[in-house]
Amino acid sequence: MGWIGESVDSIKSLQIRQVLTQAVSLGMIVTSALIIWKALMCITGSESPVVVVLSGSMEPGFKRGDILFLHMSKDPIRAGEIVVFNVDGREIPIVHRVIKVHERQDTGEVDVLTKGDNNYGDDRLLYAHGQLWLQRHHIMGRAVGFLPYVGWVTIIMTEKPIIKYILIGALGLLVITSKD
Amino acid sequence: MHSFGYRANALVTFAVTILALMCGMASLSDNFNSPSPSAQVQVLNINWFQKQPNANDEVSMTLNISADLQSLFTWNTKQVFVFLAAEYETPKNSLNQISLWDAIIPSKEHAKFWIHTSNKYRFIDQGSNLRGKEYNLTMHWHIMPKTGKMLADKIVMPGYRLPKEYR
Repeated sequence: MGWIGESVDSIKSLQIRQVLTQAVSLGMIVTSALIIWKALMCITGSESPVVVVLSGSMEPGFKRGDILFLHMSKDPIRAGEIVVFNVDGREIPIVHRVIKVHERQDTGEVDVLTKGDNNYGDDRLLYAHGQLWLQRHHIMGRAVGFLPYVGWVTIIMTEKPIIKYILIGALGLLVITSKD
Repeated sequence: MHSFGYRANALVTFAVTILALMCGMASLSDNFNSPSPSAQVQVLNINWFQKQPNANDEVSMTLNISADLQSLFTWNTKQVFVFLAAEYETPKNSLNQISLWDAIIPSKEHAKFWIHTSNKYRFIDQGSNLRGKEYNLTMHWHIMPKTGKMLADKIVMPGYRLPKEYR
């Protein structure tokens, strides 16, 4: 009797240990992804260090699905730079090029006008009603680096959520069933 | 140890690592290029020059722009965005940059050009400081890579002056 009970106990404890290990390794994956993201935020000084291009307004430079790396430094904004900005009343940030800059003598504040390379006119139509210029606080960062195509993963996942669930499910299943 | 899953995983990881390394090296190889571009701009005519009802000065001009930007192109260059900006200082603003003309150069064959044009974007000051104003015309370019870091530089051409009276 004694040794049967012992072996049952050992099997039970083994399974619990295995489940725990799987849970810990899953947690490690999630937290390391979070650590990388937050570290990028600290290094670049931008609240979203990587953005995916969603529209064709900067073609042929940036196509839909390309990835941009942002940097937000104290350097003043100058004409020609590609900036990512938020307009009041719009949720999705816009990636466009600066075409006009007016920097104040006394305060150093800037008035900035942007335009998409592939758009005919400037962005005043996209700004909030009656807004003529962007100020510093609208700007989330400037684009410094570029990687093509990789952003399609996120575009597909946001537009076809079913694929996202299938992928997460498959990955989860893989983590749970894998025996190290 | 040698299941299909593990082998597929190892293969994909290796492929992605190599691809990332190659992208990084392509971007780094741009540093070996030391370009020697040139640009000339003439202001052929001031078409009109007036004060808007809201007291901002506006000027329209005809420009003759010629440039040779061929040396900017490397094998990692997708396109070069080039623009001409008027830059000047006023009592209110320490810097005003106004883009007057821009273009996308898709390939090296198109990088040596000259163009006769009036300003594409409106040259409007914040205020009325443009009479007799001395300004720089600056040719800026932004190199968009196939992958990696974006590079930018400029040529400053000083010594342009706007007319003393509205016309």
